[in-house]
Amino acid sequence: MQPKMITLTVNGRKHQVALNPDETLLNALRQLNYTDVKNGCEKGDCGACAVLLNGKAVNSCLVLAWQADGSEILTNAGLGTMDNPHPIQEAFADAGAAQCGYCTPGMIISAKALLDQNPHPSEEEIREAISGNLCRCTGYAQIITAIQIAAERIAASALVGSGQGGKQ
Amino acid sequence: MPEFDLLMPQTLPEALEMLGDRAPDLTPLAGGTNVIVYMREDRHRYKMLMDLTRLNELHGVRREDGHLVLGSATTIAELLTDPLIAEHGALLRQAAAVFASPLVRNRATVGGNLVDASPAADTAPPLLVMNAEVELASQKGVRRVPMDEFMVGVNETLRQPEELLVSIRWPLPATRSAGGFSKIGLRKGAVCSVVSAAVMVEKDEDGLCQSARIALGAVATRPIRAYAAEEILVGQPLKPQIIDLAGQLSAETVKPIDDIRGSADYRRRMVEVLVRRLLSRAAQEIVPRE
Ligand SMILES: Cc1cc2nc3c(=O)[nH]c(=O)nc-3n(C[C@H](O)[C@H](O)[C@H](O)COP(=O)(O)OP(=O)(O)OC[C@H]3O[C@@H](n4cnc5c(N)ncnc54)[C@H](O)[C@@H]3O)c2cc1C
Ligand code: FES
Ligand code: FES
Repeated sequence: MQPKMITLTVNGRKHQVALNPDETLLNALRQLNYTDVKNGCEKGDCGACAVLLNGKAVNSCLVLAWQADGSEILTNAGLGTMDNPHPIQEAFADAGAAQCGYCTPGMIISAKALLDQNPHPSEEEIREAISGNLCRCTGYAQIITAIQIAAERIAASALVGSGQGGKQ
Repeated sequence: MPEFDLLMPQTLPEALEMLGDRAPDLTPLAGGTNVIVYMREDRHRYKMLMDLTRLNELHGVRREDGHLVLGSATTIAELLTDPLIAEHGALLRQAAAVFASPLVRNRATVGGNLVDASPAADTAPPLLVMNAEVELASQKGVRRVPMDEFMVGVNETLRQPEELLVSIRWPLPATRSAGGFSKIGLRKGAVCSVVSAAVMVEKDEDGLCQSARIALGAVATRPIRAYAAEEILVGQPLKPQIIDLAGQLSAETVKPIDDIRGSADYRRRMVEVLVRRLLSRAAQEIVPRE
């Protein structure tokens, strides 16, 4: 077992790290201090470790770091900051969709993947989109509300952006 | 996780050479959604893995002399967006829509699902009723195996250690044909099948059943065809009585077990229900000639 130099671009920042073949992307990201990516089950069941890998939402615990060599990775922390949160992050806060918060980064990644593909999802589509993310606290209702609010706000700001809204 | 080495071939010939030299100590790794979980659960130890995700030869969907050919590394998520699959593999698409979770679907591959050979593998019933074949390659050459022979038992297939599954192919479905896939799980999202079923029927010009295929998952040591039920449908009008009988015969074909997900008796009854529903729906879907 020999380590190899791997290049990972995380939230726009390029990292070169020497990693062993049995290292998962989840562990690699956490070692690089992207601790918003959570370790829940390491078996694909909980979704706490979800990240966007080249634009697709995946369980980072089921990806080997070497398989991700050269990839672009986006974690929840890369979506926004405390001063300038992403509309999904803001909606999660406003709707009370985070209690202990452990599932939240993964939930937000699944929500982002959904809204990128389907800006106006039905409740059924939202439930399906987060079906790989487990939450032990909220009972999911606030999470679904948060994603609905985020979809509305993103649509409204797109209208403003394109000059069709009430921009003054 | 126990230690292992990882080989990263860039082309199919390179991968086949590595496998030829090192099998059975070298295990292919596609999406890892079975392999990594097996390592975590200590169900398996692998000395050496070989990543398949970079092999372009295993990706893509194409039409080729009356068949649809699907690269083995096609992900379950890709089945949901590919226009050729929507047109010529509707059943496979239905199975993809209820397969695991969106997160797992972005990694899990069709090839991995078939080689893992779980009796509950959700891509198997659709591929069985579409009369699919798998194509296996080694340094010595390429061979094709019909789906109904490929899986031989729980986690067992006819694949030799030095072979890779490169593609899956099936004849384009006939115009007067229809079918469906359905699965029952313990809840709606992200679950393994307790029972699954797929059917495909074709009508002749007079509206009689010309051919029928029925496949069942999670009710035997491998996904199986219900040949006895298929036979009684051929040459008949697809009416409720004969459809009921096909459901009963399907239930008699299966050899389910009691496990944490359901009892054998429940599974047998659900086979009857699923087959009946799927056949009725398919029979109505085929539009009679003007
Ligand atoms: C949370 C969760 C939910 C799941 N839900 C479902 C479900 O609903 N339905 C279902 O059917 N399955 C389900 N699975 C199981 C799994 O996702 C599927 O079996 C998946 O299709 C496996 O594909 P993979 O690419 O990840 O395979 P891998 O784990 O990479 O490989 C699986 C096996 O296939 C071999 N292999 C892979 N590709 C090839 C190839 N081209 N040639 C030769 N050998 C190869 C590997 O050596 C290994 O033995 C689930 C798994 C998880 C973790
Ligand atoms: S930690 Fe990856 S799915 Fe649970
Ligand atoms: S908020 Fe605690 S697990 Fe979801």
